[in-house]
Amino acid sequence: MTELYLLLILMILGAIIALEARDLLSAIISLGIVGFGLVLAFLVLQAPDLAIVQIVVETLSLIILIAAILKTSKEDTTEVFGWKKACLWTGGLIFLVIFMVYINQAFKLLPEFGFPIMRMAGHYLELGLEKTGAANLVAGVILDFRGYDTLGEATVLFTAVMGVIVVLRKIGRIK
Amino acid sequence: MKGMTLIVKTISKLIAGLIFLYGIYVVLHGHLTPGGGFAGGIIIAGAFVLLVLAEGSDEFSTEVKKWRASLFESLGIFIFWFLAMLGVFGGTFFFLNLLSKGRPFRLLSAGIILPCNIGIGIEVGGALFAIFITLAVLKGKGD
Repeated sequence: MTELYLLLILMILGAIIALEARDLLSAIISLGIVGFGLVLAFLVLQAPDLAIVQIVVETLSLIILIAAILKTSKEDTTEVFGWKKACLWTGGLIFLVIFMVYINQAFKLLPEFGFPIMRMAGHYLELGLEKTGAANLVAGVILDFRGYDTLGEATVLFTAVMGVIVVLRKIGRIK
Repeated sequence: MKGMTLIVKTISKLIAGLIFLYGIYVVLHGHLTPGGGFAGGIIIAGAFVLLVLAEGSDEFSTEVKKWRASLFESLGIFIFWFLAMLGVFGGTFFFLNLLSKGRPFRLLSAGIILPCNIGIGIEVGGALFAIFITLAVLKGKGD
């Protein structure tokens, strides 16, 4: 588990740098550290399906983000110091303390990592091949047992693309 | 968006087809090996994105490309929804695995999972390429 914690520390550092970098291109590259760290974390946790999806999504979304900043601006235009930022930091810290107190209480109630043994997943593992006929159990779960979720996910993507195309259209825009 | 040098153009033309084929492989073997519609669809979109990045968006008729990508996206989600509705049309419940399960570990097995993966692959590929091409043709400071 040590490598998982090292990866988590690296991802948190990447997220902080992505927030604080003045150059938006380096911010996007640091965001990439978070995504690719997540790929390695999935591999450490033995989830190759998720790792494959995450690595291709991360690569393509980095390309899309870079295409977006090449069209607009490379500079972070928010103010460096000032009242607004001070208020945001104080509010954020207060929220973080409250969140930590309550999440600590919530984590005490959670079962340990990987325990107790999976009741629903055990059922899937036993009867998955027989009921779905898919050798890859992940495909059997996401497209048969949990097919509604996947339909919703595909609908979310469809709606997002509709929004992008409508907002960034050329025809019928009022200048 | 401007194109890149001759070396990049030639190499990307050579490997884009292989990436596209690999994407189709990942989609079709989703129920046998890790992967599936989402991963394969994004790899398919990646092949087109590579070509557009190397050649530059001025080389293509991008409005037609955007329209086609959007069409394929809608077609893909329609295939997925139709396969889910097959159960309802057959008089039973939504998302029933109507087709024959076949023998496990064969390519043609697992009933509607394979066609569903194909539908999702078409949808995701079209969706991501539509987003990319929309941003690529957008006129901004960079041009």
